[in-house]
Amino acid sequence: MAVDQQLKIEMGKQGIFVTTLQELYNWGRRNSVWPMQFGLACCAIEMIATTMARYDIARFGAEVFRPSPRQADLMIVSGTVTKRMAPQVVRLYNQMAEPRYVIAMGACAISGGPFKQGYNVLKGIDRYIPVDIHIPGCPPRPEALLQAFIALQKKIDGQLLTGEGRPRFLDSEARGEFPVPEPGEHDLEPPSNEGVWEPPIEIL
Amino acid sequence: MKTVEEIKAAIEAAVPGAVVTFVPNPSPSAQHSLRLEPSSAVRVAEFLRDDPDLAFDYLSNATGVDWPDKEIAEKVKVTREVKKAVDGVEQTVEETVEETRKRVEPGCLEAVYHLYSVSKKHGPLVIRMKTANRTDQVELPSLTTVWRSAEFQEREIFDLYGIAFKGHRDLRRLLMWDGFKDHPMRRDYVEPDDFEYEPTAHDAVLKRAQEHKNRDQGAGIREQG
Repeated sequence: MAVDQQLKIEMGKQGIFVTTLQELYNWGRRNSVWPMQFGLACCAIEMIATTMARYDIARFGAEVFRPSPRQADLMIVSGTVTKRMAPQVVRLYNQMAEPRYVIAMGACAISGGPFKQGYNVLKGIDRYIPVDIHIPGCPPRPEALLQAFIALQKKIDGQLLTGEGRPRFLDSEARGEFPVPEPGEHDLEPPSNEGVWEPPIEIL
Repeated sequence: MKTVEEIKAAIEAAVPGAVVTFVPNPSPSAQHSLRLEPSSAVRVAEFLRDDPDLAFDYLSNATGVDWPDKEIAEKVKVTREVKKAVDGVEQTVEETVEETRKRVEPGCLEAVYHLYSVSKKHGPLVIRMKTANRTDQVELPSLTTVWRSAEFQEREIFDLYGIAFKGHRDLRRLLMWDGFKDHPMRRDYVEPDDFEYEPTAHDAVLKRAQEHKNRDQGAGIREQG
């Protein structure tokens, strides 16, 4: 049950801080999203540029890029995901502890990008793992990555604690581990994960 | 650098038993190449590297080419004996008919190497080697003993074209995984059926996307495994 915004501000001026548990919980989580050190290709260079002095991402809470997936909240898939790398990406995602988020950065991570007809290119990492934010661009500018980060923070703000729309990590029925694809004879087996991706068939 | 014809003459003079063919390049670049025979290729390569005048000590690029099988349709005039009724009488008459005969010229795989000389600062020299056919006789001698830089590049040629290099000390796939069965850069490579989203689909992509749609509508809820 949220408090009226004006009333909140008034009371805040008097020194009384009113909030809901959901707001407080989400506020704490959104302001310290620690990404995992995970760069694949050219988008990784832009991601590195975002962490450096000019477009500092640390001011938004991404203070450190953790090398271990166990300690990270966010995986920024930046760069082309090849079919040889895809099982490792899914494995790393499985090793991340909930709550975890994925940003697909760049055209290659969204849909294979300019190389999507390649024999070794996976046409989008969202075939195997659920992606929260997609950033178009080749490569997206650091400001675009910052905007995606802010969009992710807004998404975290809106996540409920209880009820129907609650996120995966608060739902004991939801699936937490995603099957890792095996390299088959002609393609990865399976070519995409069931329940995660359906081909967007919109042919006129 | 000597011209390609002069290099050919030098090779034939120095390496006994070497069979070298001159392959002209009709394009404006006029980058002619030499075709080597697999049996003498390593000796010719060693001569190219060790000769003080040529001194091709750097193999900068090795790549593969796929020459697919060609179907040639020839029009041939054939004289045949045909039973025909001439003026009501059955007779055997000679008839000349034009027939189109189709034959298949077998293709082959080819490895192309670009050589440079770092010490003499000349190059490139292009040398080629052809396999016997595309299906079972796909072996060529490896030039890694002569130039070490051929190592990874020959692995790539093996991965993408299927040419097996004899004498390569670690011939595995490079770009694709080991259990992969196809050779992706061949002309007859069929990509696995993978839905490719295209906002303005046309030609082959549109056809494949429509097949996916029909398959979906036919099956109802799509189950993918």
